[in-house]
Amino acid sequence: MNSRFTGTERYIATEDLMMAVNAAITLARPLLIKGEPGTGKTQLAQEIALSLGCPLYEWHIKSTSKAQQGLYEYDAVSRLRDSQLGDARVHDIGNYILKGRLWEAFESEVRPVLLIDEIDKADIEFPNDLLRELDRMEFFVYETRQLVKARHRPIILITSNNEKELPDAFLRRCFFHYIRFPDAATMRSIVEVHFPGLKQELLAEALTVFFEVRETPGLKKKPSTSELLDWIKLLLAEDIDPAALRGTDAKKTIPILHGALLKNEQDVHLFEQLVFLNRRSR
Amino acid sequence: MLVNFFFELRQSGVPVTVTEFLTLLEALRERVAWVSAQDFYYLARLCLVKDERHYDRFDRVFAQVFEGAEKLFEQIVAQIPEEWLQSLGARTLSEEEKRKIEALGGWNKLLETLRERLREQKERHQGGNKWIGTGGTSPFGANGYNPEGIRIGQQGSRNRRAVKVWDQREYRNFDDTVELGTRNMKLALRKLRKFAREGAPDLLDLDGTIDATARNAGLLDLKLVAERRNAVKVLLFLDVGGSMDDHIRICEELFSAARSEFKHLVHYYFHNFLYESLWQDNRRRSSAMTSTLQVLRTYTHDYRVIFVGDATMSPYEIIQPGGSVDHWNKEAGAVWMQRVCATFPRLVWLNPEPVERWTYTTSIGIVRELIGERMFPVTLEGLDRAIAELRRPLTRPAPVSTGPEPPPAPGF
Repeated sequence: MNSRFTGTERYIATEDLMMAVNAAITLARPLLIKGEPGTGKTQLAQEIALSLGCPLYEWHIKSTSKAQQGLYEYDAVSRLRDSQLGDARVHDIGNYILKGRLWEAFESEVRPVLLIDEIDKADIEFPNDLLRELDRMEFFVYETRQLVKARHRPIILITSNNEKELPDAFLRRCFFHYIRFPDAATMRSIVEVHFPGLKQELLAEALTVFFEVRETPGLKKKPSTSELLDWIKLLLAEDIDPAALRGTDAKKTIPILHGALLKNEQDVHLFEQLVFLNRRSR
Repeated sequence: MLVNFFFELRQSGVPVTVTEFLTLLEALRERVAWVSAQDFYYLARLCLVKDERHYDRFDRVFAQVFEGAEKLFEQIVAQIPEEWLQSLGARTLSEEEKRKIEALGGWNKLLETLRERLREQKERHQGGNKWIGTGGTSPFGANGYNPEGIRIGQQGSRNRRAVKVWDQREYRNFDDTVELGTRNMKLALRKLRKFAREGAPDLLDLDGTIDATARNAGLLDLKLVAERRNAVKVLLFLDVGGSMDDHIRICEELFSAARSEFKHLVHYYFHNFLYESLWQDNRRRSSAMTSTLQVLRTYTHDYRVIFVGDATMSPYEIIQPGGSVDHWNKEAGAVWMQRVCATFPRLVWLNPEPVERWTYTTSIGIVRELIGERMFPVTLEGLDRAIAELRRPLTRPAPVSTGPEPPPAPGF
């Protein structure tokens, strides 16, 4: 099994990102990844699991998630119902302990990758509740008096969209990496990886339009890598001629199939206004 | 040297702790980064910095502390025994590349030449086609174009290294220099919370459940309700530059406390007083202005508005058209202020100037009159009173305006 991560054929990792991942693997510490939406934070975990050949456990956090749910849940309501119905299962409390993602990862036979996705969506106390679990990689099940310990310290990836600040005690236990928005050259190789053999002209024109749209001041949601890839997919599906793109100087007209790049109507509206102004001042 | 680096970081305001420093040392012992200044930079940043806003400060300290240190790394590389390089080459080179090396006379020849050149070369070298260094076409060094080259100490993408990464300082915009100690402010702001039940019902409604179970002849009937969430929306206008420079620290504390406290928080900057345009990013102030009209249209009247500014300026900047210090404003600032007051009934002005000095500054008096005496000092007590003001129900009559009726907003 390979133990160094160097990116995959579908995922271009910059050097600082590779360093971050490899340090997290070597020292078995959680890696906290931040960055603009759509820069491949979640996908990173999948690619690491793929390239190292280990199983991936994903724990997607919602605003209602509690730290305890990652460990285990005691389904008291089913037990109450079973007792009312006279089910025999009711005498063993173990029947009502549901394993969480963290527990599953701890039990894995080989070293797994555990993704804790969008940790900032959860309650402000959520990260604090996981301190000991991430540090010692063990937790205690009170209902069954059982200590669950990780067989192999999982490679833990945590992503955040910066909606909430994370507590210092939590940050101290993690490595931190901020995925910068790719520059034009990296972007070129990313597109290359997803659409091999893409016509050079189309790629060049598409990237120009894309970066122009990104530069537009006041956009609520700047288009990111994933939007660019979707857009190129559309361009290919519609078989758009590169020349048609060249005509669409982003300042004068709205780019073709802009729905893939601009995700809310205020942005589209803003864009139309700008285009209108530019036309008038021409 | 590293201890020195640690203290330099702390002094420049990057919150590093001993634990994180020990982690870095552990990682170095585990050879995560090795004989490359760049790798060391990435690793140190990974271990010591926990917030992208501190990247810029980290870069500055790194550049300062390790100036000239890349030379040291190069010297270390020069002393690497040849077996290491050979085994490295055997692992990383493809068959084709190996054949090319053979073409040049094989590993031994290559290494011999390398050693010879090291003897000749005394200084760090860049470009050219013979010496070891960066960016050249010599077989030795990093980032070169020679297919047979030994890349010393660096792997991966080429041609983008001409500038050291930490000298580029790409993270400048994130640095907001917020000190710790915003907790008190957060607690004060917390009072503004307004809870509403929103989202999916996933909390046990105890009263409802007992009631329903009883009606159900004792068989359990669960009732759920949605969780309560903070639904308050805040629009923040911040004065920047000029006389506000004295109050930067407290404003940043306030800003970062507010940002973590409210889910719906939008901020805009202005200079001295509110006119027809605002901006959200100080660096792109000239290119990315937002029209105040647009702000008035975009946000609904249930947004609470907080102004932060010292309101200390020449009275003309408020009451005269064209009074602004940095541009020609067609309509007086006071008119714009009245429009904001009319759109957002719940509004306060936080003033970092000490209260004792308010009466001595004419412009503060004018602003207070404009906004109906809703100006409060930036102290915990003042913040409390401001929040109480913002919490008032909407039935309160709009402040009595002293000036003429504000003209209707021009069309667009």
